[in-house]
Amino acid sequence: MILAIETSCDDTCAAVVTRGGHIRSNVISSQGVHDRYGGVVPEVASRHHLELTTRVVDDALARAEATLDDVDLVAVTAGPGLVGALLVGVATAKGIAASRGLPLAAVDHLQGHVAANFLEPEPFEPPFLCLVASGGHTFLARVEDHEGFTVLGSTLDDAAGEAIDKGARLLGLPFPGGPHLEKLAAGGDPAAFAFPDARRVGGLDFSFAGLKTALLYATRDLGEHGTHARRADLAASYQHAVVEQLARRVERALAETGLERLAIGGGVAANGPLRERLSGLAREVKVPPRALCTDNAAMIASAARYAEPVAFPGYLGLDAYATSARGA
Amino acid sequence: MVVATRSAADTEAAGARLAADLRPGDVVLVLGEMGAGKTTFVRGAARALGVEGPVTSPTFTLGRRYAGRVAVSHLDLHRLGDLAGEDPALLDDYLTPDAVSFIEWPEVAEHELDHVRARVRLEHAGGDARTITIDA
Repeated sequence: MILAIETSCDDTCAAVVTRGGHIRSNVISSQGVHDRYGGVVPEVASRHHLELTTRVVDDALARAEATLDDVDLVAVTAGPGLVGALLVGVATAKGIAASRGLPLAAVDHLQGHVAANFLEPEPFEPPFLCLVASGGHTFLARVEDHEGFTVLGSTLDDAAGEAIDKGARLLGLPFPGGPHLEKLAAGGDPAAFAFPDARRVGGLDFSFAGLKTALLYATRDLGEHGTHARRADLAASYQHAVVEQLARRVERALAETGLERLAIGGGVAANGPLRERLSGLAREVKVPPRALCTDNAAMIASAARYAEPVAFPGYLGLDAYATSARGA
Repeated sequence: MVVATRSAADTEAAGARLAADLRPGDVVLVLGEMGAGKTTFVRGAARALGVEGPVTSPTFTLGRRYAGRVAVSHLDLHRLGDLAGEDPALLDDYLTPDAVSFIEWPEVAEHELDHVRARVRLEHAGGDARTITIDA
């Protein structure tokens, strides 16, 4: 069995997954301490990972009714993400693997989001188009095998989740913005404000900077009272513009590549209206359960099934990296 | 110096013009509210310094580092709140003598930063227009 650890941002995650892709446990401990800062604070995240990682690993093993004797591969996210946060997971994984003489697989976080689709009970097999949208990343990829992907387009400025968080903050909503914005938007009219959805921007890249500015101008025009009175409409229209931009790029990518199947991942893929909007776009659409869209370690284990593990002690010098080399 | 720009491309061009005067080790502070065009300005400067490929918001990872004709560091300190709780060496990997560094939302660290070569403030002027004040 594979024991995987993921600590790239503010969730401390561990999972036990079989070589066949069956999830035996998938533990996610959200730190929650960042809410009052209006975002993830790197140093705070690292310290909390340090406190939580061992417990989360123990919990994952216990829930899987397994011990380290059952583990034959350790997997860990090596990047991209917050370097200090990543290092806690990397050091923990190295320690566990080295103490048992086990091999270690260093996994790319973005490959993890793609590989979440390969997990049982309903594995989605390549080829397919994959949209990954989260707080740190937004890109479209062509997935032709289990080992990698080709980026077709990515954001030119903010990630979709980042745009949602910043928009939510403009509306006075707490961090993380996504769930709060979705809740507020449910009571509003998505057509109330015509926010830009970048439909005239060609190609498969994304841009959310103009949308952010449009919301800022709208709140200024409305004034404090007006903004408060129209909060639900503003939230619904803003969310609609984000969803429309993502959906239109997906439609364009499907048409251009000839791919007929679509999978989605990343924290923004937990958004209800986005899931609904995308579900009709391709012949087959894979929408993983929410717990496999947001950061988790089961997806890291899934990617590790197809990675080339490094035998002990070759991985002791393994380092974390902040930025993806994949152009996403 | 005050520059009025009419488009995102104009704002990038303003960044490029500033970049021509920058040397390795220089730090540029980039201020302005959300959506003011800070990342757009830095993208223009980074292009002029030889950076190819996407130059995107560094908010998520705190900083990004690019390889151009010189190294370019791009930071966003918005989430740091108060540097007191942070690792003092947090910025050292980015603010290196071989790199030109751009720092968005620098207010929390401004008094601790050395080698500040320019201070850039971007303000909304309606639509895609911006007013850019550069103190170099």
